[in-house]
Amino acid sequence: MIEQVAEPLPTSGFEKTVLELEVNNHPGVMSHIVGLFARRAFNVEGILCMPLPDGTVSRIWLLVFADQRLEQLIKQLEKLVDVRSVRQHGADHEVFVQAERFFR
Amino acid sequence: METMTGAELMVRLLERQGITHLAGIPGGAILPFYDALAQRGTIQHILARHEQGAGFIAQGMARVTGQAAVCVASSGPGATNLLTAIADAHLDSIPLVAITGQVPLAMVGTDAFQEVDVYGMSIPITKHNFLVRSAAELLEVIPQAFRLAQSGRPGPVLVDVPKDVQNQKISFEHWPEPGVREPGPEISLPAIEQAAALINEAERPVLYLGGGVVASGAAPLAVALAEQASMPTVMTLMGLGAMPVDHPLSLGMLGMHGARYANFAVQESDLLVVVGARLDDRAVGKASAFAPNAKIVHIDIDRAEFGKIKTPYLAVHADVKAALAALLPRVRPQMRKRWLAHVAALKARYPLAMPGRDDVRQHYGLIAAVAEALDDSAVVVTDVGQHQMWAAQAYPLRRPRQWLTSGGLGTMGFGLPAAIGAALAEPQRTVVLFTGDGSIKMNIQELATLAELQANVKIVLMDNRSLGLVYQQQNLFYGKRVIASRYGHGVDFVTVALGFGVPAFDLDGVADPKAALTEALTTPGPVFIRCPIDAEAFVYPMVPPGAANTEMIEA
Ligand SMILES: Cc1ncc(C[n+]2csc(CCOP(=O)(O)OP(=O)(O)O)c2C)c(N)n1
Ligand SMILES: [Mg+2]
Repeated sequence: MIEQVAEPLPTSGFEKTVLELEVNNHPGVMSHIVGLFARRAFNVEGILCMPLPDGTVSRIWLLVFADQRLEQLIKQLEKLVDVRSVRQHGADHEVFVQAERFFR
Repeated sequence: METMTGAELMVRLLERQGITHLAGIPGGAILPFYDALAQRGTIQHILARHEQGAGFIAQGMARVTGQAAVCVASSGPGATNLLTAIADAHLDSIPLVAITGQVPLAMVGTDAFQEVDVYGMSIPITKHNFLVRSAAELLEVIPQAFRLAQSGRPGPVLVDVPKDVQNQKISFEHWPEPGVREPGPEISLPAIEQAAALINEAERPVLYLGGGVVASGAAPLAVALAEQASMPTVMTLMGLGAMPVDHPLSLGMLGMHGARYANFAVQESDLLVVVGARLDDRAVGKASAFAPNAKIVHIDIDRAEFGKIKTPYLAVHADVKAALAALLPRVRPQMRKRWLAHVAALKARYPLAMPGRDDVRQHYGLIAAVAEALDDSAVVVTDVGQHQMWAAQAYPLRRPRQWLTSGGLGTMGFGLPAAIGAALAEPQRTVVLFTGDGSIKMNIQELATLAELQANVKIVLMDNRSLGLVYQQQNLFYGKRVIASRYGHGVDFVTVALGFGVPAFDLDGVADPKAALTEALTTPGPVFIRCPIDAEAFVYPMVPPGAANTEMIEA
């Protein structure tokens, strides 16, 4: 009831990083994932998602800032039942570099 | 080959999960399921008077048994009414399976009558949720819902079932196995050994027990560890009962309304062994000032808790019961005379003041008198407010699952339906509910459910004609600008309870209140006891907003 008091989070000067998720491909998975980011007040800079060829699994690419809460966020992602794996790459990963030409 | 409707399949899968009771309220979109319940006649349905009541009745069952319990609601408003109870289960890690009816699949997304996206709404407050798209999916979804609710860190799972899926015919060859709790993660022995070494080497260790100790059935092991290593022990609100409060090593509850000696012992510790706890802000206070000299060993089944609030020196990812069992043989028996003597001195210097403890007409005295009339088999349930904190401080809790309180969400209205659920699941026990005049009104309609069931629930209403905890904060922290925390209009609760069919009396008008209380508490069946409480009585000690746990204020 009383206001919770916490040190303000530093918000600038963080590197970007790319997350690669493999998730079960069914309706609702995207809401679980983007909902988690929104709920934990964590911005997603970019997002790409496509089913893999066999159709049961989708791959999601996320571009996020590697702030101090990222590790916590990855653990929370890994808890989602439909998330099979989470991998972290550098910001220079070609997936968003290549996608950039569609955003000019 | 088995052939049946989706609705019958749901009921039969619940039977196979061992479900004997479920709580709910019917409505159009869930009627096929209710019809199957009627035809099977195998599961007792508890008709709540509000879906939130149904959710908390199921929670009461789950909290006393540790097994997943089920609540049911129709689509739309039925489903939204369940949400608070689901969120409450999420924050307190209570295994719950919520089943909701939904409009037929073809109408989903058309803003049909009583359509809400309960799947979307429940994502942030469940461990997982399902929108079932065919009767065949039920074969997988229902057992999985139970498996998820009970495995790892327990929690709520929602299953939304469109009406046409309930009506759909299905044929199948084999019944699926019921969903059960999965074994916990494999324990890292090096981590256990390191934890043991840290405990063995520490000079001023403190054991910190949370709700996970209760959830995993690890309380006896936790007590054994404390005794073997001579570790003073604090408990969170959710951990109360893990160690008997009158155990020589118990320092009771820590945090915002804990004893000062408990917070000081944590402050002075050089090692804090946190077991099955998430270092919630009500327990920890200002996180950066918490246990500044301690290495933290954090044992939990949920990896995401490590480093969320405090960076542990050592994290042990495990079911806490398995971890404690592995730890015990590696921990050296010690006396730790100096540290225990120091903690005893803290206890003597900063005792937990309980004014009026001998006077049944005052808050602490009332709680003590209730405890005196009952034995340790009783279940103690609370609502949310001052009465909850007084009960947490003063009731001599001595066993795990004895104490049912809404910890993480702090939901007023939790108490009455949770008490009913507890009494249904364990009819041999007396269930006592400490509630407030604000909280009781939030699910007062469940008095009708209670009267119908004649469950053994003793309601102790601590009536200060105010939202006491709010009133206290306005007095202490908002310059005594009191707004919206005193009730201008009093309620004749005894008449209300009698009107619902629950025997009731006012402790105020009784010549020998202690005798009347004892008689009411020991007579089987429901009873409602209204007890006047001084509105100017506050909960102390208290850690003010944003302060460290060591900066507690006293009366
Ligand atoms: C559903 C809900 N609404 C609001 C609150 C905020 N709140 C916390 S305690 C409290 C007062 C509780 O009053 P009462 O049940 O009479 O208990 P008391 O503090 O007087 O013992 C309020 C309004 C809450 N915890 N839950
Ligand atoms: Mg009150």
